[in-house]
Amino acid sequence: MAEGAVGSVLRDARLVAGKDLRLEWRTRVTVSQLLPFALLVLVLFAFALDPDRRILGEATPGLFWLAVLFSTLLAIQRAFAVETVDGVVDALRLSGLDPAGVFLGKAAGIALHLLVVEVALGVGVTVMYGTSPSGPLLLVATALAATAGLAAAGALYGVLAAGLRVRDTLLPILWLPVVAPLLIGATQAFAAAYEQASGSGWRWCGLLAAFASLYAAIGIFAFEPLLEES
Amino acid sequence: MTSPTSGPSAGLFAVHPDGTASHGSRVLGSVVLASTALFLVLALVSSPPDTGGADAMGELVRIMYVHVPVANACYLAFFVTAFASGMYLWKRTEGWDCLAAASAEVGVVFTALTLATGSIWGHTTWGTWWEWDPRLTSTALMFVMYLGYLALRRAIIDPVSRAKQAAILGLISFVNVPIVHYSVEWWRSLHQQPTLTRADPTIDGLKLFTLLFGIVLGVLVYAWLMLHRFRMQWAEAQVEAKGLDVALAERRAEARADGGLGGSLDAGGVRS
Repeated sequence: MAEGAVGSVLRDARLVAGKDLRLEWRTRVTVSQLLPFALLVLVLFAFALDPDRRILGEATPGLFWLAVLFSTLLAIQRAFAVETVDGVVDALRLSGLDPAGVFLGKAAGIALHLLVVEVALGVGVTVMYGTSPSGPLLLVATALAATAGLAAAGALYGVLAAGLRVRDTLLPILWLPVVAPLLIGATQAFAAAYEQASGSGWRWCGLLAAFASLYAAIGIFAFEPLLEES
Repeated sequence: MTSPTSGPSAGLFAVHPDGTASHGSRVLGSVVLASTALFLVLALVSSPPDTGGADAMGELVRIMYVHVPVANACYLAFFVTAFASGMYLWKRTEGWDCLAAASAEVGVVFTALTLATGSIWGHTTWGTWWEWDPRLTSTALMFVMYLGYLALRRAIIDPVSRAKQAAILGLISFVNVPIVHYSVEWWRSLHQQPTLTRADPTIDGLKLFTLLFGIVLGVLVYAWLMLHRFRMQWAEAQVEAKGLDVALAERRAEARADGGLGGSLDAGGVRS
């Protein structure tokens, strides 16, 4: 029976994530707005730090994840903006989908958007900041773990802020301090990969995975009461 | 302290109708005031400057007598917020929500004081107002996190919805505090030699007594502030709950006084 429950949660998650991706396919908001935004941030960093290759090269891991963080904010807002119009939240609650499934689906949707952004940013920093990626395994593992954490915490805080008039200004101050450990961990792991000193990088990667699991667990339990109120 | 669920009761805790003070809180307030005077004498005059060891703080140790107690009180405050949040989710009574809100607010004030005293200490010890010291950094993040909690409370109008969402956030935020703390600590320890270790000499005698006295006093100040802030929060919740009824009753009374025209308004008011 427990297996059946898990199966139905995963099926619901797939349905919700599929719905979000279909919406994206039809509206192309990520491709037409999120990607240009992320690349714009890279250009702005170069303006702020002087386009001196050395500084940009050294700061690449941090700038990369900062750009991801800002893009994630937009992705979360987008993910819940599509739910709050026309009383879709009520429809979602009435649909009989498991709230844990809705949470995992929303998080998976955000995560897939982020992975696309990260690939673009990866190409961006390689070309524009002149950094040559190394330690591919650690880079990919870090990106996956950090993205899972960002998406899980994002879906949780996104639904918390979703129903509010002030959601656009409230979400950053609620969510950014929470993911500060992710920014630290992902930056350190990337720095280790670039410097080919992957030993400490894997430790950070483990921390990212633990963070992601923790927020996935919190979201699975807390999403139902939060969805009721949004 | 009054039980959050029972509200103002008779005796020591009978709250004055025009304020948030009761006989009990006045007694506590007097004790706090007298203790503060004694504490200042102890901390500023009686206790000797720190001289033992290579990293002795000298006269600067006196800042620690304030810094450690306020830091301790802010952790206590956020613990109370988390506990009351959990209790709210379990019991669903307004009192726990008031307690969580009041404690978060007092906690934010203590956190600001912790940052300020830490920064002042840092300025004289390190020569800069801010260092990326793990504790200072994680306290700053905690400060923003609880400002966010208070901002969420202000953003939601419906009291039940606000209480529920704030309770969930209060619990999650408390889980976050150690995560942020350890990640920042780990981050700093990997990158630089521990040049900025907070001097933590073995303290004894009068210095230790002053510090412990300060910590107890910090808890008392917290309790006194909480008595008043909790009663204020409780009163606000009552006003919020009664506000609509009072407004309706006033409007009806007005309508009745107006006579005929008022009658139709009254009927409309009832239907809506």
